[in-house]
Amino acid sequence: MLDILQRLGHKALSRLAAIGRAGQILLQSLVAAPQPLTMLPLILKQIYFVGVLSLVIIIVSGGFIGMVLGLQGYTILVDYGSEQAVGQMVALSLVRELAPVVAALLFAGRAGSALTAEIGLMKATEQLASLEMIGVDPLRRIVAPRLWAGFICMPILAIIFAVVGIWGGALVAVDWLGIYEGSFWANMQQSVDFYDDVLNGIIKAVCFGVVVTWIAVFEGYDCIPTSEGISQATTRTVVYSSLAVLGLDFILTALMFGEL
Amino acid sequence: MRMRTVEIGVGAFMLAGILALVVLALNVSGLNLSEQAGGYKVYARFDNIGGLTPRAKVAMSGVQIGQVTAIRIDKDMLMAEVEMEIFNDVDYLTVDSSASILTAGLLGEQYIGVVPGAEEDLLGDGDFIQDTQSALVLEELIGKFLFNKVSE
Amino acid sequence: MKPEHESIIDIRGLSFFRGERAIFDSVDITIPRGKVTAIMGPSGTGKTTLLKLIGGQLRPESGQILLEGMDIPGLGRRELFEVRERMGMLFQSGALFTDMSVFENVAFPLRVHTELPEDMIRDVVLMKLQAVGLRGARDLMPSELSGGMARRVALARAIALDPDIVMYDEPFTGQDPIAMGVLVNLIRRLNQALGHTSIIVSHDINETLGIADYIYLLSDGRVIAKGTPEELADIDSEQVRQFMKGLPDGPVPFHFKAPDYHQDLLQEY
Repeated sequence: MLDILQRLGHKALSRLAAIGRAGQILLQSLVAAPQPLTMLPLILKQIYFVGVLSLVIIIVSGGFIGMVLGLQGYTILVDYGSEQAVGQMVALSLVRELAPVVAALLFAGRAGSALTAEIGLMKATEQLASLEMIGVDPLRRIVAPRLWAGFICMPILAIIFAVVGIWGGALVAVDWLGIYEGSFWANMQQSVDFYDDVLNGIIKAVCFGVVVTWIAVFEGYDCIPTSEGISQATTRTVVYSSLAVLGLDFILTALMFGEL
Repeated sequence: MRMRTVEIGVGAFMLAGILALVVLALNVSGLNLSEQAGGYKVYARFDNIGGLTPRAKVAMSGVQIGQVTAIRIDKDMLMAEVEMEIFNDVDYLTVDSSASILTAGLLGEQYIGVVPGAEEDLLGDGDFIQDTQSALVLEELIGKFLFNKVSE
Repeated sequence: MKPEHESIIDIRGLSFFRGERAIFDSVDITIPRGKVTAIMGPSGTGKTTLLKLIGGQLRPESGQILLEGMDIPGLGRRELFEVRERMGMLFQSGALFTDMSVFENVAFPLRVHTELPEDMIRDVVLMKLQAVGLRGARDLMPSELSGGMARRVALARAIALDPDIVMYDEPFTGQDPIAMGVLVNLIRRLNQALGHTSIIVSHDINETLGIADYIYLLSDGRVIAKGTPEELADIDSEQVRQFMKGLPDGPVPFHFKAPDYHQDLLQEY
């Protein structure tokens, strides 16, 4: 009985310590003496790896999800004779929910796992230690640019996801199912509010970007520097960031749209 | 050489993001950046506006000619006063035009339908549409229907 | 100018624990200036840890690591980075930055610590690459190098700032005989030519004996023997002899702790 209690306590303490270390890494790499000028080329390079290379998966998934939404929305709404509202349904669900959440999940799988593996590998091949010996803080040189790149890329990816998704919805609803184009867009424009819906969706995407990148970078930096440790850390990145995104989404939705 | 592809890629990425945001703002949410481009203001009083909301469309024969910009209570007449913005190129609304609140489809959104009259004079900025018809409220209709049945 | 100290690094009463296990238990080591000192011992005795302690990447539980009288564990972040400018370290895996070319790897410490103009950096980098015989490989990426070449590039990077101390972490592990010979030669030659102090951590006896001026033998967190290679060969201790001769059985047993062989075989399953 005491053994179980002890194990529980040990686990809780080590989790807490990990959260503490993660916070320390975030603080040290972002707050402590930022050097934006020397860091800019590094950030650009990371935006390329984290953002530009994630574009394909984001665009393809966004298009398909929009098309599915258009199709599903149509089959439901046509029973009520309000199939013109399909544009509004596609746009609202994409802008408010699906674009930030699905883009964040894809981002965690595509970019987050790559970040973890890359940093973990740098640790395993002693590149981080060697930076330290040369007198360069790896947090500032390796971790900080990746954090910033993740923060910047995630909302952009979510916006692109939403737009491509709405196009996909329009493609199905207007060109295929023959809904009148004018009412498709007019309905959408009337019900989507820029501040309430679009901006809130972007705020969500920013939050998810911070959380996913933070988890990915921390898991890489904190991993056991062996091939097994890196693979475990990569798995943890995807699992933890997916859970964090979904949980955080509920909280943010309650705050933004729940009229609490 | 390698840095160049990176920079071009990032530049294109950023541009795509900004363009997508503009599309979201203008095409999807119908955000109007320039207020003047909207047109001239016309007012109408209704007994009951039903579920009409700001940014609902104002249409003539089903074609959009403007949108609702504000809804308030006129304290003197105790009626709903709807402010709408009519596009500048719409120069055929006569002073005796009529406005009614209609519903698109059975469950669709409500909008204002405008029908022009026969007068020569045109509506200008700040004018009121006198001839108005309130929204159909389902409960009232059912009430009337039942009342007629009973009285038959 | 005569050096003011005979020794450049003095380690006194160093203790370091990993969890409950003592990696070092009150160890004293003196590294003489300008010589090649080897730290040897079986795997898992914390030889790499010792280098990390000297480099200030880890802090000991107790004891002093004095670099010319400066206590490294007591230094602040800033001073530590300044001290590291005087140290070069060759990591076991080379630890080249995989996203930079060979040239940029060697230039990296120069760009960080100096404000030299670009053409001077180029000259210095080419000189260092020439010293390790890889001037022609400057535009290659680390992934295009063989293991031995990667280690030589890493060596060029370690000596880029003309450090006072160069630390080698297992420089010979996993190298083919030719690459090994090249490295042995390079370490010796560079030590004589540049006059820095070399610390080699290794368990490759023959190569290390060939270049070391002084050897410390570590086992179970203690120094079990020290001296010049000749002195070490004469030490009459079974532990030392087993390690130096590479005998399979001795104080470090060949068999992992297990019950009696015959009984184990005959036991009913």
